[in-house]
Amino acid sequence: MKKSYQSLEDNSTNNMKQVIYRNLTSKILYLGFILLLTFSTSLTAQEGDPVNGKALYRTNCASCHKLDSRMTGPALRNVETRLAEEEGLDREWINAWIKNSAGLIRSGDPYAVKIYAEYNQTAMTAFPQLSNQDISDILAYTAEPKPEPVVAEVPTGVQGGGGDGLSSDIMLAALALLFALLAGALVLVNRTLKRFADEKGIEVPVKEKGTPIWKAFVQNQFLVLVTVIFFLLASAYFVYGFFMQVGIDQGYEPVQPIHYSHRIHAGENGIDCKYCHSSARVSKHSGIPSLNVCMNCHKSIAQVGDETQAEGISEYGVDYNAQIQKLYKAVGWDATTQQYTGETSPVKWIRIHNLPDFAYFNHSQHVSVAGVECQTCHGPVEEMEVMYQYAPLTMGWCINCHRETNINVKDNEYYTKIHEELSKKYGVEQLTAAQMGGLECGKCHY
Amino acid sequence: MSSNKKYWKSVEELNENSSIVETLQQNEFVEEIPTDEFLGDKDTLESSSTSRRDFLKYVGFSTAAASLAACEGPVIKSIPYVVQPTEIIPGVANYYATTIANGFDFASVLVKTREGRPIKIENNTDAPTNGVANARVNASVLGLYDSLRVKSPMKSGANISWDTFMSETTTKLKGLNGKAIVLLTSTMPSPSTNKLISDFKSKYGNVSHVTYDAVSESATLDAYQAKYGKRGMANYDFSKAKTIVSIGADFLGNWQGGGFDSGYSKTRIPTNGNMSRHIQFESNMSLTGANADKRVPLKPSEQRLALAKLYSYISGVALPGVLPAGLDEAVKAAAKELSRAGSNGVVVSGIQDVNAQTTVLEINEQLQSAAFDPKTTIFTRQGSDKAVMQLIADMKAGKVGAIITNGVNPLYSLPNPVDFAEGLAKTDLSIAFSMKQDETSTKFEYIAATPHDLESWGDFEFKSGHYSMMQPTIRPLFDTKQFQEVLMAWNETSGSYRDFLKSYWTSNILNGTSFNKAVQDGVYMSSSTSSTGNSEQTIVGGMVDDVSNSFGLGNSDETTVEETILESNVLTGGTAARALADSAKSEGMELSLYTKIGMGDGQQANNPWLQEFPDPITRTTWDNYITVSKSDADAMDLVNVNVANGGLNGSYVNVTVNGVTIENVPVIIQPGQAKGSVGIALGYGRSSQALKEEMKTGVNAYPLYQNFSATQNVSISKVAGMHEFACVQLHNTLMGRGDIIKETSLEIFNTKDKNVWNKVPEVSLNHIETPVTSPDVDLWEGFDRSVGHHFNLSIDLNACTGCGACVIACHAENNVPVVGKTEMRRSRDMHWLRIDRYYSSEESFEGDNEKKENISGLGSSLSEFGEMENPADNPQVAFQPVMCQHCNHAPCETVCPVAATAHSRQGQNHMAYNRCVGTRYCANNCPYKVRRFNWFLYNKNDEFDYYMNDDLGRMVLNPDVTVRSRGVMEKCSMCIQKTQKTILDAKREGRLVEDGEFQTACSAACGNGAMVFGDINNKDSKIAELKENDRMYHLLESVGTKPNVIYQTKVRNTSKA
Repeated sequence: MKKSYQSLEDNSTNNMKQVIYRNLTSKILYLGFILLLTFSTSLTAQEGDPVNGKALYRTNCASCHKLDSRMTGPALRNVETRLAEEEGLDREWINAWIKNSAGLIRSGDPYAVKIYAEYNQTAMTAFPQLSNQDISDILAYTAEPKPEPVVAEVPTGVQGGGGDGLSSDIMLAALALLFALLAGALVLVNRTLKRFADEKGIEVPVKEKGTPIWKAFVQNQFLVLVTVIFFLLASAYFVYGFFMQVGIDQGYEPVQPIHYSHRIHAGENGIDCKYCHSSARVSKHSGIPSLNVCMNCHKSIAQVGDETQAEGISEYGVDYNAQIQKLYKAVGWDATTQQYTGETSPVKWIRIHNLPDFAYFNHSQHVSVAGVECQTCHGPVEEMEVMYQYAPLTMGWCINCHRETNINVKDNEYYTKIHEELSKKYGVEQLTAAQMGGLECGKCHY
Repeated sequence: MSSNKKYWKSVEELNENSSIVETLQQNEFVEEIPTDEFLGDKDTLESSSTSRRDFLKYVGFSTAAASLAACEGPVIKSIPYVVQPTEIIPGVANYYATTIANGFDFASVLVKTREGRPIKIENNTDAPTNGVANARVNASVLGLYDSLRVKSPMKSGANISWDTFMSETTTKLKGLNGKAIVLLTSTMPSPSTNKLISDFKSKYGNVSHVTYDAVSESATLDAYQAKYGKRGMANYDFSKAKTIVSIGADFLGNWQGGGFDSGYSKTRIPTNGNMSRHIQFESNMSLTGANADKRVPLKPSEQRLALAKLYSYISGVALPGVLPAGLDEAVKAAAKELSRAGSNGVVVSGIQDVNAQTTVLEINEQLQSAAFDPKTTIFTRQGSDKAVMQLIADMKAGKVGAIITNGVNPLYSLPNPVDFAEGLAKTDLSIAFSMKQDETSTKFEYIAATPHDLESWGDFEFKSGHYSMMQPTIRPLFDTKQFQEVLMAWNETSGSYRDFLKSYWTSNILNGTSFNKAVQDGVYMSSSTSSTGNSEQTIVGGMVDDVSNSFGLGNSDETTVEETILESNVLTGGTAARALADSAKSEGMELSLYTKIGMGDGQQANNPWLQEFPDPITRTTWDNYITVSKSDADAMDLVNVNVANGGLNGSYVNVTVNGVTIENVPVIIQPGQAKGSVGIALGYGRSSQALKEEMKTGVNAYPLYQNFSATQNVSISKVAGMHEFACVQLHNTLMGRGDIIKETSLEIFNTKDKNVWNKVPEVSLNHIETPVTSPDVDLWEGFDRSVGHHFNLSIDLNACTGCGACVIACHAENNVPVVGKTEMRRSRDMHWLRIDRYYSSEESFEGDNEKKENISGLGSSLSEFGEMENPADNPQVAFQPVMCQHCNHAPCETVCPVAATAHSRQGQNHMAYNRCVGTRYCANNCPYKVRRFNWFLYNKNDEFDYYMNDDLGRMVLNPDVTVRSRGVMEKCSMCIQKTQKTILDAKREGRLVEDGEFQTACSAACGNGAMVFGDINNKDSKIAELKENDRMYHLLESVGTKPNVIYQTKVRNTSKA
């Protein structure tokens, strides 16, 4: 403790001394700069191209730097101006730093050393491949003014939906009006005709009042019987249907403690399912990824892109950045110091796919051995903003797949002999899972 | 035409004027229905605030609420790790090698953990010593999840913190003003712990360490120490013996720490026409006696003389004393056989007498027995009776300042707990290191909560040079500290015990090999002599010396102690045998105290698996009892009867030894019990708050264990009342049905054709006798199982000793519930695997078969079948493990109305619990009676308050096996979860399954090689070979069920045939 304090002090005194010295040199440099400006225009060619800079920034810098907030490295917005104004460091220093920061630190450059110490003594990766022009492009990009924050648009869904509703309502109203007019017209015509008839003295034959239809119905016992049977059968059908869906949670889409978007991760970013659900390869459980797996990426992704954020708010009403903050809170990550605090609060996810205790299912059998795509059972996960149960997970559904799916025998010595013998016995080219014994009770119930 | 017959229900009805008939006709209910009792009480009725309307409202509301609640599925939460340990994959089991060492059982084991929870104990096949877990070791995993464990250190019944504990105890230990500190521990053959104890001694000065075994082997240790200079026991490798003579040694049970049975079983399987011959002289019917080729029942006092005579006949030294003629002949014959066997013979004895044990060592040396290995010392018993008694005397004299116990329960297991309690009151500080608030720790000032073996670090030297490592398999569940950790804190040694262990091992034992490797293997073999030297130090530093040196006693006391030891040890050779012969005095009834296979010394009494474990011999659960021979029982009018509900009842007796009486001991009439002798098992009758109410079973026999002598003169008197046993096997004999357990003698086996001694049963087809295996007589269409795997399980009746490790392993693997004593008595036991025990009614089973064959005519069959129900006085015994036989033509399948049970291509008979509606037709149609019905919900049910009723206990459940619900049938699945896992592993790795990979829980637990499991379609496998073995037969083959469990005919090495 004491020692580091000592060294800090040393540092500051050093700095002080050097500042004086540097002021002097910088004056000379400034002079030189002005001279250069006046005598040559070639330097203006060094003006960066922010578009190219953006591309370079994305590939080289973005994994450790953000424009407006601190990450592994410091925030870079207007870094050149800030360095020049606050530390009096020029472009040359920046070039030297980017191309070989470690060298600069070794050379004892005070600001380099200071930065190095401030960021946990992690040296910045050297980028010798970047030319001065590249660097000035990047700097030009960082010098661009911060765009106005995207104003969270009031979700337009309701409004738009309302608009649609209105137009159809108008159509309906118009139709209703039309029908009313037609009906009115008919009544009018009828009345007029009757009047004519009366005037002409034509007797309109009065229809004899028969038994009302419901009475006739009651009297016809056969019809009653048929109707009763029909209603009984119909209700039995619905009751059966109701009971058969008890306990089947197809489409179950619970609200999770953290709004995790499979659409973004598996869809847009194309992360392999088994990167996070790695135990699906070897275990019966696919496994809910532990939070340290999330942090493999989210250590450096504290915020989503602005467009994604805007999309989240407008389309799904979700603040993605707040969700990432929830992750940080759960895993105990302090984004400002870039360190784990050790205070964790494990996430209580709500389990979506619940098999009963008496049904045994093994992911690795299906994923590793059979090579079944995750989507076969879990549906288009890469399109799901919120995960839901895609398949009914009923026994009939399992069995059906076992009947239809051929076993994957390719390059699997285990199957070679047994497949050869069994396929000969059944007289088929390719055995289904059912023919391998995949319908036996004890394969799943024990 | 109508009949004139008059039907009548009683004679009274014929009497027309009977008033009784009149009244009965008028009055349907003879006894009045007590409506008045209920409704007549006006006050209660009126004061009741619940009107009929309200009642209906409540009923309606609760029904509606319940049905509404049922509509919504429960929300199930899943909580993943924050940081997942790399070695844990949810759903994949991890195995760790560790050690179970609780002072009574010592075993190197593998622990199966799932998601960080130990769920099962398996054998460590890499371990050359004690790598086979017995029933108690298998069950000890449940002790980890005992809800009655001490959860933090305690002071006078209140929880305190470890900081308080450490600061208070350290101050008190330092302020004893020179009074002695005594460490009273169970046997801990741990090199590092002994180092810590010697550090503790040098730090605190007046410290002594007394080792106490609840069930003492002190005499054996003394004899060995006198002869070989080390405190330990000689090693026996029975696989090198051809002729084994045992005098009262239950070496297949708990004799000298156990672990001898796998060597024994190796010699019991006839190979090249040879197998070992085993002669047993004993009083109680023990597991060992049940396995013997020749068993001679004799009283404990006669055992002494028999051993002396055996010595005499072998060495030719004449000794006084006369044995009854028959016995003498038997001893002579045994001596002759031993002399003939020479170095292939071995003698063992369980007589707790220094002279007896010295004599045994002498005989074995004289024989130059190959099985006898005195150079390898067994260290798993270290207790010294004298040291313990001296300690109690010193405590009572107020010489002991502080007593610190670890792993012992003297106030339960001492014969004189009152003396100990009296002495305890005079100590200034008492600390009990214990997992439980047991009989002892509750009386101590401090309880230092200790972790379970599965949560601890440790090292053990089972035999010289044979080390076993203990490592934690789970983070401690409670706020506990190991004895060693606390010792280190008292010693002011910094670091953790693990670090200490590592540095101690690196510098003293490992000789440059890797510590991590030793921990990973769980065992370490040292060939260098340094370790032996080290252990010698351990032993000498052990007990006897300490007692005399460190109590601060006067010189005179010291000499007396040493003198007594010398006195007992000085006898050698013939002198010991002579003294032994002199000591053989018989007075009236003699008692042999023993320990049961299930309960051991009683420290695991709160383990429901062990309570419900049927004793291999009596097949009784949840009890101990006094075993009495039939003739003694008749003389004292003691009875065992089967009552109408099928339960076994027995008389009660009072048992008195030297004025100490235990009241109401239930009686079991034990075939084979020597006349004039009785036996009682130790380890029952626990009574503290360390046990649930249901577990407080049996009577405590330790008060009879006076002077640590297992044999006592006893007097017995019958008292009124009948005890209700929970016995799982009520029929004791085979009634001459030789096709259930096929057996033959070695001579017939060697000389005669297979058809003579293992004939396939025949049935008559068109009046031609046809073997039942012929397809012509089969009602069934065969099912092709030639492709893929076809599992078979072979059980060798020769190698099976009936030890029951498989029963507990099956319990643990398959989530078999515990049902409790009342349900057991109703024959509602749930064990998927049972080990049937049969007695012969004649001298031998062969005699039974002959007798049955010769029965002819009604008169003869009426009397003789009745006789055959009774076992002989000294019967032959046979064990037969029976589980679902997985019939290819299964009778259970055809009667199931919902097709819940079905055969499979792999030979397993499947049982789909979710499909079962509980008609129980299958159980009725099963010829083997192996199906078990869930009469109740045995989990999360307060009526069955065993491990499945608390959250902690349920942690032991195997997540791969369904926990069955009420109303479904269940049975052995041939561990389909294990076979499926093996297949899946092979599929994932894209390879074939190798022989030996397939295992069931029982076959993996069987260290005796009696159970072999495998795929008979793999023609190179061991099981395929066993299937073709001449000894192979199927149980009840004549029924034609074509089972996939096969048995190997039992061959007895009887000299007779």
